Amino acid sequence: MDVDEGDVLNYDVVVIGGGPAGSVAARFAAKGGADVLVLEKRQEIGSPIRCAEGVSLSWLEELELEDIDSSTSRVMKGAILYSPAGHELKITEKLAGDEVGVVLERDHFDKDMARLAVKEGADYMVKTSAVGLIKEDGIVKGVEAKNFGKRFEVRAELVIGADGYESQVGRWAGIYESLKPKDVMTCFQYRLTGIDMDPDYTHFYMGSDAPGGYVWVFPKNEDTANVGLGIQFSRLNGSKTPKDYLDEFIESHEDYKDGEPVDMVAGAVAVSHPPEKVTAPGILLVGDASRIVDPMTGGGIVNGLKQGKIAGEFAVEALNEGRFDEEIMQRYEERWRDKLADKLWRNYMAKETAMQLDDETFDKIIDALSEIDLETVTIGAILEGVKKKYPELVEEFEDMI
Amino acid sequence: MKPELDDDKCMRCGACVGSCPVNAIFLKESTLDIKDDCTECGMCVKICPIHALDMGGDQNGRR
Repeated sequence: MDVDEGDVLNYDVVVIGGGPAGSVAARFAAKGGADVLVLEKRQEIGSPIRCAEGVSLSWLEELELEDIDSSTSRVMKGAILYSPAGHELKITEKLAGDEVGVVLERDHFDKDMARLAVKEGADYMVKTSAVGLIKEDGIVKGVEAKNFGKRFEVRAELVIGADGYESQVGRWAGIYESLKPKDVMTCFQYRLTGIDMDPDYTHFYMGSDAPGGYVWVFPKNEDTANVGLGIQFSRLNGSKTPKDYLDEFIESHEDYKDGEPVDMVAGAVAVSHPPEKVTAPGILLVGDASRIVDPMTGGGIVNGLKQGKIAGEFAVEALNEGRFDEEIMQRYEERWRDKLADKLWRNYMAKETAMQLDDETFDKIIDALSEIDLETVTIGAILEGVKKKYPELVEEFEDMI
Repeated sequence: MKPELDDDKCMRCGACVGSCPVNAIFLKESTLDIKDDCTECGMCVKICPIHALDMGGDQNGRR
């Protein structure tokens, strides 16, 4: 699409951000008959990747997808957790409740999500930034945008902010809550090739290699993986960066130290509890912008996809009723919270505990669990398992069993 | 004084943008804009995964 300086485009819905949550919202809004435009600031959807790319496949059916394009993912058999002293715990697919894990190719995946939205009739513009909201009588009526230096307006009944961790849309709309340093992870990752690992499992290293977080190794093929870590922001003392921590980790691991990087990724993830509010009249947020990242894992894709669908379907309903006032926006708030908020709160509380654990405790937990036959991986089962060998560790969490 | 950006280091990841309490940093497609609203709190300097921002003070970004 070509625009000229000063153009005014009219749509039902304008989505800011062409990531997975934005594209799914666009897809389901368009499917219900809405005129939808997606604006992506970067020149390419899905690139640069700012993601470790490991997800569970619990959302295919819900998103009305039978399968995803094989170019977009690699299927895993399970996960292996490592304690600081080297104890290992293998969690197979069966243990995780038959939940299949995959490592995505985000650059392909994001474009595929966009393809599906376009198939339903959504329009896309890349290299196009939203630069501000249009408000009339305090109600959001669209966005001001810029494409190749040309300023234009997109008038819409509903603005969907899908602009990620660094969301501007939420701040412009006044629905922004400051993050506490303890609720932010700063991350660094290499795609390393020429490494040695079991390429059918995702690998997680717990403990002080990544204070407050963990190191992940997510295989892309036989000898290549995303090797990265997240560190709790409040634990950074200013002298050592996440990149320094990762370099040290890689250097100290025989299997990884001869690998060479073919890609480098930096970024931040909010691991907060769900915010009070992600809507205002005429505007709503989805995905990382609305802080639905799982606080325990730091993963945001699956929740973003689920919430994006809810947002798209809500948009159609509100359009049909012809209103986007405070009251109707509550419907979206209720629906996404019904679906996601309980687990987000539960995992937020679990994260608060897990972040306090020291290396010795991680060693004991993984040691105890590796000796028993776990039947399921739930917090209850894990605590029961640990209790058998180290009852004193579990005392303070007894009420969670 | 606003933080200074080392453009050669910056990976445009947006970590500083999302962490700025007064929304003074804007991630353009190929560069970062730091506006005069900056309160010099140092959050962005500290959160940057590769230390591409510098406050010109000590290493903690305090002055």
